[in-house]
Amino acid sequence: MAPPIALGWWGVPLAIFAGAIRVSTPFLFVSLGEVVTEKAGRINLGLEGTLVMGAMSGYATSYLTGSPWLGVLAAGLVGAMLGLLHGGLCGLPRVNDIAVGIALMLFGTGLAFYLGKPFVAPKAPNLPSLPLGAWSDLPQVHAALSVNALFFIGILAAPLLRWMLANTGLGLMIRMVGDSADAARAMGYHVNRVRLWATAYGGFMAGVGGSFLSLYYPGSWNEGLSSGQGITAVALVIFARWDPMTCLWASLLFGGAGALGPALQSVGVTQGYYLFNAAPYILTLLIMIISCAPDRTLVGAPGELSITR
Amino acid sequence: MAGRLAAAALAPLLAVLASMVLFGAFLFAAGVDPLQAYGLIWLGAWGSWFSWQNTLVRAAPILLTGLCMALPAQIGLVVIGAEGAFVLGGLGATAAGLWLAGLGLPPLLVQIGMGLAGIAVGGALIAGCGALRQYRGVNETISSLLIAYIAIAVMNQLVGGVMRDPASLNRPSTRSLPDAVMLGNIPGTSVHVGLIFGVVACIGAWWLVYHTRYGFAARVVGGNARAGRVAGLPVGRLILSFCFLAGGAAGLAGMVEVAAVQGAASADLATGAGYTGILAAFLARQNPLALIPVCLLLGGLDAAGGLLQQRLDVPDATMMVLRGVLFLTLLASESLQGRISLPRLVRPRLAPVAAAGE
Amino acid sequence: MTSTHLTRRAALLGAAAATTTLAARGAYAAPYTVGFIYVGSRTDYGYNQAHAEGAAAVRKMSGVSVVEQSKVPETVACANAMASMIHLDGASLLFPTSFGYFDPYVLRAAKQNRDVTFMHCGGLWKDGDPLNAHSYFGYIDEAVYVSGIVAGHMTKTGKFGFVAAKPIPQVLRNINAFTLAAQSVKPDITTSVIFTGDWFMPVREAEATNSLADQGVDVITCHVDSPKVVIETAEKRGLFTCGYHTDQAVLAPKGYLTGAEWNWPYLYPRWVAELKAGKTISNYIRGGFREGFVKSSPYNKIVPESARQQADAVRNQFKAGSFAIFKGPIKDNKGNIVIPAGKVMGEHDPVLEEMGYLVAGVSGSTS
Repeated sequence: MAPPIALGWWGVPLAIFAGAIRVSTPFLFVSLGEVVTEKAGRINLGLEGTLVMGAMSGYATSYLTGSPWLGVLAAGLVGAMLGLLHGGLCGLPRVNDIAVGIALMLFGTGLAFYLGKPFVAPKAPNLPSLPLGAWSDLPQVHAALSVNALFFIGILAAPLLRWMLANTGLGLMIRMVGDSADAARAMGYHVNRVRLWATAYGGFMAGVGGSFLSLYYPGSWNEGLSSGQGITAVALVIFARWDPMTCLWASLLFGGAGALGPALQSVGVTQGYYLFNAAPYILTLLIMIISCAPDRTLVGAPGELSITR
Repeated sequence: MAGRLAAAALAPLLAVLASMVLFGAFLFAAGVDPLQAYGLIWLGAWGSWFSWQNTLVRAAPILLTGLCMALPAQIGLVVIGAEGAFVLGGLGATAAGLWLAGLGLPPLLVQIGMGLAGIAVGGALIAGCGALRQYRGVNETISSLLIAYIAIAVMNQLVGGVMRDPASLNRPSTRSLPDAVMLGNIPGTSVHVGLIFGVVACIGAWWLVYHTRYGFAARVVGGNARAGRVAGLPVGRLILSFCFLAGGAAGLAGMVEVAAVQGAASADLATGAGYTGILAAFLARQNPLALIPVCLLLGGLDAAGGLLQQRLDVPDATMMVLRGVLFLTLLASESLQGRISLPRLVRPRLAPVAAAGE
Repeated sequence: MTSTHLTRRAALLGAAAATTTLAARGAYAAPYTVGFIYVGSRTDYGYNQAHAEGAAAVRKMSGVSVVEQSKVPETVACANAMASMIHLDGASLLFPTSFGYFDPYVLRAAKQNRDVTFMHCGGLWKDGDPLNAHSYFGYIDEAVYVSGIVAGHMTKTGKFGFVAAKPIPQVLRNINAFTLAAQSVKPDITTSVIFTGDWFMPVREAEATNSLADQGVDVITCHVDSPKVVIETAEKRGLFTCGYHTDQAVLAPKGYLTGAEWNWPYLYPRWVAELKAGKTISNYIRGGFREGFVKSSPYNKIVPESARQQADAVRNQFKAGSFAIFKGPIKDNKGNIVIPAGKVMGEHDPVLEEMGYLVAGVSGSTS
């Protein structure tokens, strides 16, 4: 291997690009899951707990079975179960979905930390990556373009979901349940059941997103793994106006913003790194302020979503 | 009245019992004796005067941060940014305290100044969320959460940067407040007076919400904002003032944390009291008076958590699981309320139900 | 619910009745109970694990029982934990192991519990502080220096990367020691530092390591509470690593050169024995290789003989007390002379505990 060459300031855009891919994948999966849940009229704040549970169970399964992909599947199933719990509880009368979300966040995180204690030390097999950067001589490009298969699955899923929501009967049902429960009932749709499955699907995706953290990047399980990615992804869905393709771009943006801090420090810009690290949150808040207006609900918001009424 | 209280308390009590059973099953599956665990929780939380003092100290900040969720909830807003108001309120109080003490003012005035500063900073933050909601239509749950994250980053930046005490090398923090200015303990105990602030604030908030016209107006708006507007209620003013009070409570809790416990502002200011307050408010069903017993419960669980960890060798996450179970069962029990019928003798004459904000 | 203050003996009996685990071993006479409080998890492959290994050594002593609590933040929870260990477990000796516990929690607890001894790691005890509080720390920068020598021999690009939590003196001292050591082998070696902002941030640590790798560094070391993520990420990028706190060689079999470790399992049983026997020990305890406070991880088999010899020689000089890392002239990375020519600062020089600069060749800012 050729000795590493310093890239100087070129390192910054490369790091942002590489970071955008690495750091965005959990955001991508969680937001592609939550977008369907919210289209159906539920908001699931518990995805933070689901993400962490997914990370833990994915890592544990990979360690116990030797197969990281089995870990991803297990993470998704665990996430789906938590999603069912959320959907089930919200289906009861007079239960507030934001409260359930916060409760699940606590429960999921606590359960993950509790069950995950024996898995902090051992090393589980990680997910493989596709070496798309092999054409370059620079090891940095190798590393930057060493992309994980999950990222590709995510990129493919985004337009697929948009097509599904806009053009299929299933998508129509989901949207109708989310826009107007009365109209949906009139059409004969079972509102609670649709929402239940939408939330389970959202949980599945969040679990998979979590498994990416523990099985690929950073690639090990410990308790500081998530720093609010689940909640940020929920904000991301709103920011993306409930459109799966915009979720994709927004995830990349957030991933790049997250990589900005360390990248700048490595070229010597060292002031104010706390604020750089808070960049994704500041960005989301600014964009929400700019694009919301008091006289109309957010464009594209599902009518039944509790936070926009 | 007693009957109504019983009816209202029934569902949460059943929830606590149900969660104890569920948590016990969880422990049993994990190979831990549930009765032993509950015994230890009792011992560590409420089993002796020593434990009670621990519990009260842990409960004190939650009384105030719980109000940060419960007050806007009356208007129908779900604000979860208490941690941000707590942290920046504490920082603001520290700055005010250092400045006022430097001017040579008597300690009582410095303390009042710190309290006002904490309330002002915290209040401004949450009032900002309310304003964003009212005038820009930005959802307050998301905005308050983002603002909490941003506030913590700002606090870290300031404490490690311009506000740093050059002598605080190994743990960046502001200069320490002079001892004379620190809040003391309730006489005869080792519990600081912040507890009194919390209890008084909860009672005051309850009075405001349920026994004043202003509070009534807020609850009407919380039930149906449009109807409130049609009735001529000053919705914007209500939202801003309630959010200010909410943030002010959390900011005051931050001031207490600095002036009674930590002595200076550092990264340790982010204790998580803000998030526990959210849980407390939900468990208390957004009723400020019910917040008091709930905080005694949560404070006790916090105080006893360490004991469980060290005696039964269970991970620290165990108490997180208990909290989550408690919360989930309470939410499930909410929906059963009304389905559980009290025996004829005690069934209260229910007044027309004012719709609680969702 | 009684309102009388439980005596420690009564509390112990009550506790023994309430639990079946840990507690008194052997004779009914109350054992000497030692409490350990960690800010993080005991299995973090880092700072806390090092202390837990020391606690495990204490547990093996006869007549001594150990209670531990982990994930105790530097808030009132720490005061809570200490108080409960004293009142409910009857602890006579406490090891609160995180820096931020000292002021105000340990100081307050020491004043309130005059018959309990507090051994605080990292603190800065000074005259006027309670006599039952002690602070200890090790000159781990000596071991970091030795790591730096090995790294200096192994690097091909002459660029080091250092992932650090916060720019506090203990961290800056390590960065400087590492760099100075490597520069003694090859004077042009430079170190890039990235501060993550806090002691435990896995995703940010991974990002920082990747950024540094993109910049062409080929040796990575760190000063964070749990080096696991940094070491594993560096291994994935094919870089050399030097460890910290404990031995992380198992995480990076190809690239882990050596590491700087604490030697608490050697020290803790000694202190416990002394305190149990009623001896008084100093309130301000420091030590390096010579006193057995620190040690180096075994060398990776790829480390050549020349590097080993130089590293071993320096280590022996440390043990003999004849080596100084910080001897002038030393310039900081802004060009100022921070240690003039001819001046030698021994490790125990208190001025070093307030270090606020990074030496020339380090890119990074202390504020």
